[in-house]
This record gives sequence, C-alpha cells and structure tokens, in this order.
Amino acid sequence: MATVAITAEREHYLNEEYGIRSWLLTTDHKRIALLYLTSITFFFFIGGFFALLIRLELLTPAGDLVLADTYNKLFSMHGQVMIFFFLIPSIPAVLGNFLVPLMIGAKDLAFPRINLLSWYLYIIAGLIYIHCIVTGGVDTGWTFYTPFSTAFSNTRVIEAGIAIFIVGFSSILTGLNFVVTIHRMRAPGMTWSRLPLFIWAHYATSIIQLLGTPVLAITLLLVIFERAFNLGIFDPTRGGDPLLFQHLFWFYSHPAVYIMILPAMGVESELIACFARKRPFGYNFIAMSSIAIAVFGFLVWAHHMFTAGISLYSALIFSILSYLVAVPSAIKVFNWTATMYKGSISFTTPMLYAFGFIGLFTMGGLTGLFLACLGIDVHVHDTYFVIAHFHYIMVGGAVMGYLGGLHFWWPKISGRMYPESWGRLAALLVFAGFNLTFFPQFILGYMGMPRRYWQYPPEFQVLNVLSTAGSTILAVGYVLPMVYFLWSMRYGKIASDNPWGAAGLEWQTPSPPPTFNFDQTPEVTWEAYNYEEIPAPAEVPVER
Amino acid sequence: MNDSPVAVEQHGPEHLHHFVDAEQQRDAASLGMWLFLATEIMFFGGMFLAYLVYRSWYYNEFAAGSRSLDIYLGTINTAVLICSSLTVALGVRAAQMGNRKLLVILLLLTIAFGFAFLAIKGVEWYQKYEEHHIPGRTFNADDLVRDYPQIHIDQRPEQIYFSLYFAMTGLHALHMIIGVGIFVFLTYHAWKGRYGPKYYTPVEIGGLYWHFVDIVWIYLFPLLYLIDRKPLR
Repeated sequence: MATVAITAEREHYLNEEYGIRSWLLTTDHKRIALLYLTSITFFFFIGGFFALLIRLELLTPAGDLVLADTYNKLFSMHGQVMIFFFLIPSIPAVLGNFLVPLMIGAKDLAFPRINLLSWYLYIIAGLIYIHCIVTGGVDTGWTFYTPFSTAFSNTRVIEAGIAIFIVGFSSILTGLNFVVTIHRMRAPGMTWSRLPLFIWAHYATSIIQLLGTPVLAITLLLVIFERAFNLGIFDPTRGGDPLLFQHLFWFYSHPAVYIMILPAMGVESELIACFARKRPFGYNFIAMSSIAIAVFGFLVWAHHMFTAGISLYSALIFSILSYLVAVPSAIKVFNWTATMYKGSISFTTPMLYAFGFIGLFTMGGLTGLFLACLGIDVHVHDTYFVIAHFHYIMVGGAVMGYLGGLHFWWPKISGRMYPESWGRLAALLVFAGFNLTFFPQFILGYMGMPRRYWQYPPEFQVLNVLSTAGSTILAVGYVLPMVYFLWSMRYGKIASDNPWGAAGLEWQTPSPPPTFNFDQTPEVTWEAYNYEEIPAPAEVPVER
Repeated sequence: MNDSPVAVEQHGPEHLHHFVDAEQQRDAASLGMWLFLATEIMFFGGMFLAYLVYRSWYYNEFAAGSRSLDIYLGTINTAVLICSSLTVALGVRAAQMGNRKLLVILLLLTIAFGFAFLAIKGVEWYQKYEEHHIPGRTFNADDLVRDYPQIHIDQRPEQIYFSLYFAMTGLHALHMIIGVGIFVFLTYHAWKGRYGPKYYTPVEIGGLYWHFVDIVWIYLFPLLYLIDRKPLR
C-alpha cells in the first residue's frame, strides 16, 4: 500500500485538539487508552516499589529492614496494586482500548462516554487506594481473607475494599464495551472468522470481566458490611462460614488470572504471525481455546482451597478440572510454535518479548499442573513455589505480552519508532532479570520456605540473594522502556503507516490514526493474516 | 469526516456519529443493557449463594426470622412492583406509538409506585429497628426465642438471617432508588418530546432495568418472607 508522507499538518487524534480539557473530557478511545497508559504506569511503579522493598527485606535472613507489620502491608499492597490497578487493566484498557475499534474497522467503541466513565472510576478508585496507602495501608494480603479482615486486622480494610469495589466496575464497563463493540460494530466483511486473534482473546477476557467481577464486588461489599456494621456473614464466632468467603472470592479471583493472561495471549498471536510472516497455525483452535479458557476458568476456583478444609471429593473434582485448563493453554503454545516453523523470523524487540512469553508462560503453566495435583499442592501450598508459579504467569506471561504489544503498536500509537537496539537490550534484561528473580523461588518453595514471612532460616539466604539481585536487573529492564518511549515521542524516527509490514486493519490507517480511525470505512474482502500477500518491509531484518 | 455524507445528513441529534445507522445504535444499546443485567445477576448471585448455604444450615432460625416479617406489607409491596412493571411495559408501547402525554403519565406512575415501594420498605425496616432485629451490637432475638418455644433458635444464626435480609433488601432498595433516578431522567426527556416511534431506545432499556429490579424482588419475596408460614404446633 502507498505510504503517505507524514507531514506536520496532517490532522490526527493527537494534534486535533490541545490542552488538558481536550484530554480529560475526550471520548476518543485512543486518547482514553493513553490516559489509561499513564495511570497504570504510575501504579505499576508504586507496586514495583513495594516489590523492591520486599526483596530488600529478604536479602538477609533477619527481619532488619522493616517491621513485621510493615512487611505484611508491603506484600498486601504490592498484590492489590499490581493485580487490580495494573495487570487487570493493563492490556485491555490500554492496547485493547486503542486497538479493538481499529482492528474491526469501527470509528470508536460502542459507548465512548461509558469508556471515559470507566477511566474516571479507575482514577477515583486509585485516589482512594492511594489515600489508604498513605494513611496506614492494609495488611490482609491481597485476598482479604475473613475473619482476619473483618474482625482482627487493625488496618484500613474498608477503604481498600471500597477502592477495589470501584475499580471492579471500571473493569466491568470496559468488558461490556468490548463485547458490544465486537458484536455490533464490525466493518462490512469483517466476519467472526476474519477477526484478529487479539480480538478473540479480548472477547473471552470481557466475558470473564462481565461475569466474574460482580461476584468479587458483592463479596467485598459483604466484607465491608461485616466490618463496618457488624453483620455476621463470614465470621465463625457468629455462625458464619469463612470458607464461603473463600469460595466467593476465588470464584472471581481465579478467572481474574485469565483476565490478565488471555489478552497477553492475544498480543502473542499477533506478534508471532507478524514476525514469522505467516498465518497463525490453527487459527480456529487458537480462537476457540481463548473461549475454552474463559469457560474452564470459571470451574477451577477451589484449587486455591485444597488445604482450607473443603471435602476430599470436591477437591478431587477441582483438581481434575484444573488439569483441563492446561489443554487449551497447550493448544496455544503448540500452535504458536508451529506458526514459527519454517517462518521468516525476524528478531525485533516485540518478537523477543514474544519468545520470552512462550518460554516463561510454559514454565508457569507446567508448574501450575504441579499445583493442581492434590498430593504436591499439600506439600508446596503457601510456599514460594506458588509465588514463583503465579509470577511466571502474571509477570512472565502478562507483563511480557503487555511490553511486547506496547513496542509493536508504539509506532501506531505515537507515530514514532522507539530505538530498536535499546528495545532489544531492555527485552533481554527483563528476561534475564525475571528468571534470576523467580527461578530461585521455585527451589526455595520446594525446600519449604513459606510465603508472607519477613524472616527466614539462614540456609535459604543464597537463593534469596540471587532473587533480590535479579529483581534489580528486572527493575532496570522496566525503567528503560519508559525512558526511551518518552524520548521517542519527541526524537524517535517518524513511523510509516505500516512499519512492520503487518496484516490487520489498524495498519491500513495512518500513524497516528485520525480521530475517527479511518478516512473511509474499510470493507474487508480478505482473510485475516494474509501475510503471503503483504511484502515484508526492507527495514525489518529478515533472517532465514 | 465525510465517509458517509448521506447518513450524516439524515440522522437526527439522537444518532451518535460513530454508529453507521440508528438500528446499529439501538442494537448496541439494547445488548449493552442485557449484558449489564447479566453482571447484576452475578452481583446478586453471590448473596443468593450465601442465603442458600445458611438457609440449609440454619433452617429453624431462617424460618423464625421469616415469620417475624410483615407478610401483609411484603405482599402489598410485591403487588406494587408488579403494577409498576405493567406501567413500564405500557410506557414503552406509548413511546413506540408516539403518544407523548400517555408516556409521561405512565412514567410518572412508575415513579410513584417506586416511591410507594420504598416507603413501605422503610416502614418494615423501622419495625425491625424497634424489635432490635438489626444486626450488630444491639441485635436481640429474645422475642423470637420466646415466641417459638417449640423449635430451638440460636441467636447467632438468627443474626445471619437478618444480616442477609438487610443486605439483600438494602441493595435491592438501592437499585430501586437508581431506577427512580433513571425514570425521572426519562420523564424529563419524554416531556420534552424526544421519544417517538423512531427513537425510544432509552425508554426500552430503562424499562429493561426496571423489570430486572422487579424480578429480583419476585425472588426475594418468597425466599425471605415465605420460608415456613404454617402455624406451629
């Protein structure tokens, strides 16, 4: 396609209007995506700061950096900030918001004002949570387990609960917007089987957001009621059942893991198809496995409760169901690998993240099978093995996907290229730092180091020092992209409309796109990922 | 932005620019409300699950608590809500027919029914307050223990019944208040003549919400009021 010369005069969504008002009152999905990008980056660094303090405390066996109570607050707030204020909104609210309408050929999401409302709900929740942090924090763990959270904790549980209740509605509204948009706003010819796999992944994610999040909302509300008004619903001293809380909590919070990982899988499918220059192997299977993960994801929650006193029979069933989730996940991994087979692979920054994702997600997924096994779970439950497992999924999977996607679509978002060599360096640092941080934790956990303690026996020190060292490398790997993305907004090379030679409607509109995305509503007459018809661009190094 | 000049010229102010046509816009709004109602079902679902568990554990206490509720006021309230659903359904019809005056009257009637429900609910809550049946430090179910010597009643599970009673009816009432707010908005715009045969989506989806809140009550009423009303021997 003809590359339109980018001139300073061309009007696009970034220069159409200037001033703080034009951003705070915008209903443009692309601008809202950028609002989300800045806000979740802010929370990412807050959560990262807590993580760094945790790792510093664990550098030595003695509890010498912070008090035990402070440590409890650190890991609680690290979890809550990272999960509710970074990971869950990360890919959907930033990349999804930006790309869903572009990819299906729509002018905007179905409900632009509700989209803005969801960002404001996020900000209100964020402010409440920050107030909670600075006035004393919360120490319940990210899980709010009762009766500790309702009857014993002396920290600001109600405030944290309200913040997460509100941010949940922000997530629901994003999901609702996506489902309606994907159903009703597709361009002519954009059939379901021509949808990019990114869209399928977001559709599955949105369904979880819609059906799971309200259950968390009511659960937190009941916790708040119990704490504030002395209702006795979960407190065993008043006849209540703490296990009921755990069931309700995990009914959302296990599927929430798939809210984090499914969009990253969607990004992964796009990256691998583009940089192997092939249609994804088994398109239908990748698409349907997203839906399967969303459905199975709702049926496995009690594997978090194997040691909590549920009956052996229900534990057995949940164990089998948990194994079942591995099937669609493995389908994806095999299909990505098969896509790369005999492809023309180029080792660009996004592709490095994609490679990292496959390796780390596979590690995280396979260790998840260990934990789904009743016998092993009893041994490693509440140890660092669990910590390492879910960080491989959430950080190794979701964050790698997020960063890979951000690099891939940065030229479209900003109209500029990021510096490629710095990008590759950061990707390698993230991969190396991540493994150094979390691989030792598998061993620590297997040796029996429990999670959530600020002291540990001296024989665990070597592995803990390795882990802390890794976390500093990881931190550098995360700060670098922020620096060069900001740098590139001003000094980066001007990006063409389709610098990667990628398939997909979003690459057929100028970079950055005009306010209504397409000057002409596109009519789709081709199948998705028609890479055989798109010439590879000269700048992308193609190594055969 | 002149990709479809015909559509741009034709559509009225109620047609938003990013939709291809009015039909797409109506479909989107309607699907959006149905999805929202699905989230609401899950929201109330958490409480229904808690109810199910505790009712099966503490049947006697739940039955005694249920008997202490005012069955007459509860029944009247159910009738009030069913009537309000009728006025909403007729209101959607009036909007489709373009009968502005009838639409406004029906919307106002709906609001009146909504307020009537809330007022009766308030009376019931006040009764519970006077009987010390509000959970918390002042909770006292001695009267129920005295009234039903035939069955064993434990104070703590009795408090769970009333915790759920207040949480469920309280959140339902909150939804009613939001519904009244929506209908005030609708009435204003109906009065201004914005709704007619070509554009009645807000009345329709506002009505969907109202019907949903009614249906929640249709479940709450038997679950909370009608557990066991047989005279005790």
